[in-house]
Parts: sequence; structure tokens; C-alpha cells
Amino acid sequence: MAEHYSSFDRSGTKWLLQRVTAAFLVVVLAFHFFLLHFVNHAADVTFAGTSARMSTWTYFSLMVLFLLTATFHGVNGVHNAIVHRDGIDGWKQTAVTAVLVVASLIMVVQGLRTALVWTNLF
Amino acid sequence: MSQSYDRGTVEDFGRWRSFTAGMWAWLFHKFTGWVLIGYLFTHIAVLSTALTGEAAYNDTIVGLESLAIVRLLEVGLLAVAVFHILNGVRLLFIDLGTGLEAQEESFYASLVITGAITIASVPTFVSGVF
Ligand code: HEM
Ligand code: HEM
Repeated sequence: MAEHYSSFDRSGTKWLLQRVTAAFLVVVLAFHFFLLHFVNHAADVTFAGTSARMSTWTYFSLMVLFLLTATFHGVNGVHNAIVHRDGIDGWKQTAVTAVLVVASLIMVVQGLRTALVWTNLF
Repeated sequence: MSQSYDRGTVEDFGRWRSFTAGMWAWLFHKFTGWVLIGYLFTHIAVLSTALTGEAAYNDTIVGLESLAIVRLLEVGLLAVAVFHILNGVRLLFIDLGTGLEAQEESFYASLVITGAITIASVPTFVSGVF
């Protein structure tokens, strides 16, 4: 019986990056929920409010890092589950990787464009 | 490589039980991880209405938040996120080499704390919509 269940190969870089991003996300995700549900009600979010937050360097950089790390962590998790755990290879592996990379890039670009509309830092 | 497991014999009740807790933890972690990344794609799509203009962003958020179903889904998302965080921290500790002896207890603790935080947050999450 396995002592411990993990979807990852514990010696790889992807495994390590998954842990590093997780450690960062613990703090940011908890903060995000707290800020947008308890400090500010989600229903009261407005463009002006978001803009005010996004116009400070601390918050802006935190949100951009959040976008990048969450995307990496989530997509890396999915990629690992599909490609390594279920063991697909050859052109199928290439196709899955390509779809995930393209989808992530589109989302990150969209997220960054949105962040730039909110902020007045530039 | 992920390890394969030998379930042991059916009569070996202790082994069967410990297999179950670890297996559930793994399954829940997978499920919650997929929900979170699915949500992130949706989240960015919704937030990017800001690209169309201030009014579009405000109207989208007010519109969504006025729906009871959205509020309930948000409670569900909170539960999913809290479990993924707590269980994830548990996994990080195990990777660092501590806590494997108490893995069942810590898994049950993650479940109980997730439940408690979720229930305690319901009033805040649904206020004003019903
Ligand atoms: C908030 C703190 C978080 C922590 C502590 C955390 C921790 C972890 C860990 C340790 C794993 C690897 C599990 C394994 O080896 O089997 C994992 C997997 C995963 N996480 Fe997270 N995570 C967090 C946030 C997120 C977020 C924000 C997302 C989505 C955007 C996400 C999506 C995923 C996915 C898709 C997997 C792969 C699940 C699978 O095996 O199929 N996680 N997480
Ligand atoms: C129901 C719970 C949530 C609410 C109400 C919410 C709300 C928001 C709002 C209003 C913003 C704009 C920034 C601001 O006003 O300060 C934002 C940004 C962001 N949220 Fe959430 N969020 C929630 C859950 C999540 C989760 C679970 C994730 C991760 C999977 C996430 C990831 C992000 C990211 C990465 C950004 C930055 C986007 C960008 O820079 O373009 N959020 N969120």
C-alpha cells in the first residue's frame, strides 16, 4: 500500500514548482476571499473600487503574481494529471500540452489587459 | 512515480480504512483543484468586461451578484477553495517530512474546518439576495 498519494513524480521540477506556487497561493487566495467577501462585499464591487485597489503598486503586483501563479499551478496540475498520471504520449501528449499552453496564454493576456484597464499606475 | 497500492485482503480492516482516507483526500484534492482552475478561466472572462468600459463591468457584477444561484455557487466555491488550501498545506507538510503518521487525523481535521468555515460564512455570502 502506498504510504502517501500524490499525482506528481516527486523528483521533477514540475513537482517542485507545484509546491512553491502552492505555498504562495495559500496566502494570496485566503487574502483574496477575505478582502472581497468580508472586508468588501462581493456585491458592492465597482470599477471605481477595483481601480483604487489596483492603482497601488503592492496590490497591483500581488494580483498580477496571483494571476500568473494560479494559472501555472492549476494548468500544471491538470497537465500532470492528464499526461503523466494517465500516461498518454506521442502526438496526443503534444496536443494536450499545446491546448493547455495556448489556453493559459490567452487567459494570462486577457487578465493582464484587464489589470491595465483598472490601474492608473502607467 | 506515483506509487501503486495493494489493498490487502478484505478482512484486513485496518489497511482498508487507511487506504480509504488517503484515497478520499486524493480524490477531493483533484476535484477541488479542477474546479478552481475552471473557475479562474470564468473569473477572468467576467472581470474582463472591464475592457468594454466601466458600466459594463459594474452592470455585470451587480447582475451576477443579484442572482441567488450565484451566491450559492460562491459558497460552494469557498468550500472548495478552503478544502484545497487546508489539504494542500497538509500535503506540503507531508512532503517536508512531517505529519505522515497523522495523515488521517489531519485529513479529517481539514474536512471539519472546511465545514465550519463554510457554514460560518453563509450569512455574509448570501446577505441581501434572499
Ligand atoms: C491556495 C493554496 C493552494 C495550495 C496549498 C495547493 C496545493 C496543491 C498541491 C500540494 C497539489 C499537488 C497534489 C498532488 O501531488 O497530488 C495541488 C494540485 C492541484 N491544484 Fe492546488 N493548491 C492551491 C491553490 C490552487 C489554485 C488557486 C488552483 C486553481 C487555479 C489549484 C489547482 C490545482 C490543480 C488543478 C491540481 C492538480 C490536481 C490533480 O492531481 O488532478 N490549486 N494543489
Ligand atoms: C467568489 C469569490 C471571488 C470573488 C468575489 C472575486 C472577486 C475578484 C475581483 C472583484 C477582482 C478584481 C480586483 C479587485 O477588485 O480588487 C478579482 C481579481 C482576481 N481574482 Fe478573484 N474573486 C473570487 C475568487 C477567486 C479565486 C478562487 C481565484 C483563483 C482561482 C481568483 C483569482 C483572481 C485573480 C488572479 C485576479 C486578478 C485578475 C487580473 O489581474 O486580471 N479569484 N477577483
